[in-house]
Amino acid sequence: MKFSNAWLREWVSPQLTAQELADQITMAGLEVDGIEKVAGEFSGVVVGEILACEQHPDADKLRVCKVAGHPEGEMQVVCGAPNARVGIKIPFALVGAKLPGDFKIKKAKLRGVESFGMLCAQTELELGEDSDGIWELPSDASTGQDLREYLQLEDEAVEVDLTPNRSDCLGIAGIAREVGVLNRCPVQGPEMAPVAAKLDDSVPVSLMAGDACPRYVGRVIRNIDVKAETPLWMQERLRRSGLRSIDPVVDVTNYVLLELGQPMHAFDLAKLDGGIKVRFAESGEKLTLLDGQEVELKEGTLLIADEKKPLAMAGIMGGEESAVSEQTRDIFLESAFFNPLAIAGKARSYGLHTDSSHRFERGVDYRLQEQAVERATQLLLDIVGGEPGPVHLRELEEAMPAERHINLRSARVAAALGIQIADDEIVDILTRLGLQKIGEEADSWTFLVPSFRFDLAIEADLLEELARVYGYNRIPSESFTAALDIVPQEESQVDLEALEQTLLARGYHEAITFSFIDRDSAALFDPKAEPVALQNPISADLAVMRTSLMPGLCKALQYNLNRQQSRVRLFETGLRFVPGGVPSGEELRQEPMIAGVIYGGRQGESWAGGKDLVDFYDIKGDVEALLAHFGEVEFQFQAGEHSALHPGQTASITRDGRDLGVVGALHPQLQKKLELPKTAYLFELSLEALGEAALPAFQPLSRFPEVRRDLALLIDADVPAASMVETAAEAAGETLTDLKIFDVYQGKGIDFNRKSVAMGLTFQHPSRTLNDDEINAAVDAVVKQLEQKYNASLR
Amino acid sequence: MQDLHSLTEQALELVEQADGLPALDQVRVDYLGKKGHLTALLKGLGKLSAEERPAAGAKINEAKQQVQEKINARRAEMEEAAIAAKLAEETIDVTLPGRGEEQGSAHPVTRTLRRIEKLFVRLGFSVEEGPEIEDDYHNFEALNIPAHHPARAMHDTFYIDPSTVLRTHTSPVQIRTMEKTAPPIRIICPGRVYRCDSDVTHSPMFHQVEGLVVDKGVSFAHLKGCVDQFLKAFFEADVPVRFRPSYFPFTEPSAEVDIQCTACGGEGCRVCSGTGWLEVMGCGMVHPNVFASCDIDSETYSGFAFGMGVERLAMLRYGVNDLRLFFDNDLRFLKQF
Repeated sequence: MKFSNAWLREWVSPQLTAQELADQITMAGLEVDGIEKVAGEFSGVVVGEILACEQHPDADKLRVCKVAGHPEGEMQVVCGAPNARVGIKIPFALVGAKLPGDFKIKKAKLRGVESFGMLCAQTELELGEDSDGIWELPSDASTGQDLREYLQLEDEAVEVDLTPNRSDCLGIAGIAREVGVLNRCPVQGPEMAPVAAKLDDSVPVSLMAGDACPRYVGRVIRNIDVKAETPLWMQERLRRSGLRSIDPVVDVTNYVLLELGQPMHAFDLAKLDGGIKVRFAESGEKLTLLDGQEVELKEGTLLIADEKKPLAMAGIMGGEESAVSEQTRDIFLESAFFNPLAIAGKARSYGLHTDSSHRFERGVDYRLQEQAVERATQLLLDIVGGEPGPVHLRELEEAMPAERHINLRSARVAAALGIQIADDEIVDILTRLGLQKIGEEADSWTFLVPSFRFDLAIEADLLEELARVYGYNRIPSESFTAALDIVPQEESQVDLEALEQTLLARGYHEAITFSFIDRDSAALFDPKAEPVALQNPISADLAVMRTSLMPGLCKALQYNLNRQQSRVRLFETGLRFVPGGVPSGEELRQEPMIAGVIYGGRQGESWAGGKDLVDFYDIKGDVEALLAHFGEVEFQFQAGEHSALHPGQTASITRDGRDLGVVGALHPQLQKKLELPKTAYLFELSLEALGEAALPAFQPLSRFPEVRRDLALLIDADVPAASMVETAAEAAGETLTDLKIFDVYQGKGIDFNRKSVAMGLTFQHPSRTLNDDEINAAVDAVVKQLEQKYNASLR
Repeated sequence: MQDLHSLTEQALELVEQADGLPALDQVRVDYLGKKGHLTALLKGLGKLSAEERPAAGAKINEAKQQVQEKINARRAEMEEAAIAAKLAEETIDVTLPGRGEEQGSAHPVTRTLRRIEKLFVRLGFSVEEGPEIEDDYHNFEALNIPAHHPARAMHDTFYIDPSTVLRTHTSPVQIRTMEKTAPPIRIICPGRVYRCDSDVTHSPMFHQVEGLVVDKGVSFAHLKGCVDQFLKAFFEADVPVRFRPSYFPFTEPSAEVDIQCTACGGEGCRVCSGTGWLEVMGCGMVHPNVFASCDIDSETYSGFAFGMGVERLAMLRYGVNDLRLFFDNDLRFLKQF
């Protein structure tokens, strides 16, 4: 809502500058977005009158005018405007004048003819958008008067960004009321006396939409002169409020909209077939709107119709056919109350947003209709003449919004706000806001809510009003107190931050990628899933919810590789969205995950060497470091499958058979598609599936010596190390305290489908020294088991 | 005895000349050993009278000790020199960078979130999270934003289907917590939120953190105290804070919170669009309708809630000048945190 400060001052006038006023209402909840001057900076411009106008002797497009308005008398001015002619009054910039942009007017010679000053267009003064010619001022403007004074340009346009609850401030009257409350000063609008009817004519109105439109005021005005000009003062007020002048009838309805907040509409009476019917649209009905577009009406859209056809989309926009035109002589003025619920969302569903729909969907005073019609009639008669009929009100009393009463307990004010406001101040504030005290008990009051405040219904609403007017910044700041209870902390819960710190220590940087990705990437990484799709994505790149964190990380990897980074280590935590759906019968799962990607050198480039590239065991080491937070819990790594990963370099990770995630090399085909020169390695783990950590459980330390034996075994190349270790550990018995694989060799000197595996076994007894026989027996058992199970042989 | 003197002098001379530990040891053997020259003199004592013997013996022993001491000193000298030589040889360039993995970095949004969380967790708040694909009820209805409420237009919502959305704020977590927990409640809800809006100052995904306190006797003055203390603690500055009435359907009274511009100190600059103030968060007293939808009696309990954009706070705190940087994941950006 944009309004003219000078217009507001007609209603209420505290001793405040425009800036002070803006600050004041901002701090009361009407946030001022900006204050601007209503005209450009200029001086030395007066109302001029063209007394003579002749063709320039040497230029087709120029005219030589004699212009009155200069204090020293008639001046000769050369002017190029096509509309320059004798008798019109125009803005006349005198020699010495300064126009916007610091443009100084000097005596000049144009094609040999002297010119003393300049005749101005609206745009040259930043006073409007018309640049077609010089600005023709009304004929009653007084020649010689300073233009700024004549147009009362010492004014500011104030733009307020109103919150949706404050529809009552979508008019000068409402803002004035607010200013009156804040300054505790009187508010007085212009005289708006009812205009007596001169005709009996009226249009019958049927309200057929129940509480969607329970109130409708109409009035016929005949014999208007639609060609009359809207007075400059009204044009100026409209302009300063951001509206353009269109024709006097539209200008007046817009003026009333801005002044009182009541949207109105004028129909060409001659275009109406019978009475007005306010009803809901039936499917298939069509209407051509004022803006020229034909819309197919949806069922449930509230319409103003006549006996035969839709006339207007109620509360949103009028129709083209029934609109006032240059041929119009008689009009029917409409001022109605449409229920916010009947209008809300409707305009948007047609891609429309109008000053009218903006107000109706937030709430227009449901008692304002007659006053608005009277005000419009009064203004119209002054401009376009005509004879008014009676004000005709139709109301469905039972469908009107219910009167609201609010009980306010004085103790509640202190309790909720933490301040003491005197009783009489409470009543004064609320009364000035338009509430009416209708009851008073020992410790509470009952207030009647005014018809323009749709946002007041309960006690808390009044508390807010009091706080707002009293001033939020006058309310003290206090520390709150609460019971100090110790909150249980489960030690077995692994803190996400601890996992993150582990990755940070291992050189990972944390990324945050969008939760929505493009459909192709989703399919590339997870071809089987049908990802959750957005109905209204911002772009195809951000269209479906990720089913894995990997695509986003790979995109971030690409982004960095394209910026000359050669070594990248990134991780991310966040939800993945695993779709449920009909085939699986499962519900959508929103799973917190932790995922990472590594690429490039095992170490950063360094004098200390190490030019090796990362491989599977690097990222597996990172994963193992994460799993180490879970203590003695056993996690299993097994050769696994994942559509995005290399089939021979992927491990699935499980805990007690529960799937946790994967770690592996990016599939070479994907690597090619993503145009990555080297192999990327990825992991992704479900934070929930990881489960709880095992608490440390102390084992007594043995005081007896430990013994180590190393074994080198030849074994089939495809036997997983994990299986060997498991078998060996089982065979070695209880005294085995550690088992490590310290070398694996495949290649020259060994059968090509065999490998050499060296393992170190450590034995220790808790309560005595082990003898050689015992250890030899254990080692023999290991070798024997491995021979039997995996065809292993000692090397 | 002349013999003793010259032998001693010889030995001392040889010690002096020894060019290494073996040579030194040879002197020891030659003069002090069992068959050494000085030791041999002791054997000649038997020829002397009983009166002369002690004095002569003492002299010989004195000479032996003198040589031994000289040897010891010389050995220490040699060992020291050897150590010094070894150390010199082992000297390295300590200015070369150390070996091993360089430290990674937490994302500035996470860094900021953790900082906020820690401030509140110390006060006994717990951290709560919730789903990001959210139903209409928790995202809107229960928060006093019924269908067609004009406030819905303030949330450019991503829809999955007509009754399922990407949460537009973290407030649904407040609802979910109040549904399952009886007051007193003190929670902080961090997380990703989504709005269908993308330009230089809007990202379709960003982060919020909200706080909620529900207890007996909580007032607007307490809200002000909590928010004011938080902002001063977060910015580690005694920054002026102001509360401006605003409107959120789920709180009443509602306020926008401004801090004095951290860039210009309130003078007015480009960062604050000349106003001297920066809007940093929204807050208010929990609306009775919200309590009602969670079966909390608003006659017994009251509460306040506040919410802020994490990227916004991170930008102010660390001077980041472009919102989009947060989601590009450019290592040159990430490594700065």
